[in-house]
Amino acid sequence: MPVNVKVPTPLRKFTAGSETVSGNGATVGALIEDLEKRHAGIRERICDEQGRVRRFVNLYINGEDIRFLQQLDTKVKDGDEISIVPAIAGGAA
Amino acid sequence: MHGALLRADDVAALVGRTPLLRLTQVARDVPLDVRIWAKLEGFNPGGSVKDRPALRMLQEGLKSGKLTRDKVIIDSTSGNTGIALAMIGAALGFRVELVIPANVSVERRQIIEAYGAKPIDSDPLEGSDGAIRLCRQIIADQPERYFKPDQYFNEANPLAHYATTGPEIWDQTQGRVTHFLAGIGTSGTIMGTGRYLKERNPAIQVLAVEPDDAFHGLEGLKHMASSIVPGIYHEGELDGKVPAPTDEAYEMVYRIGREEGLLVGQSAGAACWAALQVARTIEHGDIVVVFPDFGDKYLSTNLWQGWSQRAPRFPRGLETNGADPDLRLV
Repeated sequence: MPVNVKVPTPLRKFTAGSETVSGNGATVGALIEDLEKRHAGIRERICDEQGRVRRFVNLYINGEDIRFLQQLDTKVKDGDEISIVPAIAGGAA
Repeated sequence: MHGALLRADDVAALVGRTPLLRLTQVARDVPLDVRIWAKLEGFNPGGSVKDRPALRMLQEGLKSGKLTRDKVIIDSTSGNTGIALAMIGAALGFRVELVIPANVSVERRQIIEAYGAKPIDSDPLEGSDGAIRLCRQIIADQPERYFKPDQYFNEANPLAHYATTGPEIWDQTQGRVTHFLAGIGTSGTIMGTGRYLKERNPAIQVLAVEPDDAFHGLEGLKHMASSIVPGIYHEGELDGKVPAPTDEAYEMVYRIGREEGLLVGQSAGAACWAALQVARTIEHGDIVVVFPDFGDKYLSTNLWQGWSQRAPRFPRGLETNGADPDLRLV
């Protein structure tokens, strides 16, 4: 069940520059594990040592913030689009 | 000094002269003869350090003739610079337009509009780069209509700090400052203040605080190695850089609130964390660290609202959004 994951610019060093990568997993948590297998190092940028999503990271599934769904247990299905977005609103560049 | 100026004829005259506060609680474990002083830039009338460069860039624009009464001030920032331009634009009687990604927080948009400035929405998916591109396009369509302060390339930005922040710190510490730390966004604060302090005493260590990684949550700060380098930034003038992790910076914001009674933004948290790191490596000294703003406009950001089940003293026990119940007990 591959899904598309949109990767922000600062994490593209793990995806050989790709803006969108595909991954598998029944939940967002499982998907992150799968991403780690394909793109070593990416998981620890998204999650802390306890495996929790870092405070400044937002994860969206089809535009919905998973914080308001089932967080890392949010179900993922074929064709979903996941976005990884750091929490920075302002600044000019 | 703050308080010495009790009356002013216009808001612009209130920019600067911010107080220094000695941090005692969060700095409990630093060596006895080391003091940490926070320069509280939140006391500026627009609420941040950006009032200084915004005022100076507009003044220099007027002096050079590039900013005339018929022009509209435009820039692509939704952060503190946008708020400062809107505020000073209102005080000086100029129209201001700010290109901002459509998803910026409600408070920011309201603050900008409250000063009479006009927000222009750019594509939220393109982030701040999208705002920059749209701003360029708007100016290209009608170049004679606009004045763009261009804080990343405008020498009036560091000059504002050379002329005000630097001398204030020198006077407030009676020349005893040994280390100066500030976060780098445009680098205007560290460049201008550092330059002034080094002229007074070349032994003063000037240290820039930056996010420890390109992927970070420290609004207003730039990870230089992975960013477009500002034209005003000259790394050779620094004595070093202190990389700050976002998690540690956020934790420091919570501590400063509870222990010092000061609600600050995430960049102040990062700067304070860095100052403490430096303090633990020396035996004597007076460290001055810039706190760019207070924290009220970040209450709706991830700093407090994000995965807030984990923010200390903010148990959201009544929310049942499917989170692991253990997380809500912290």
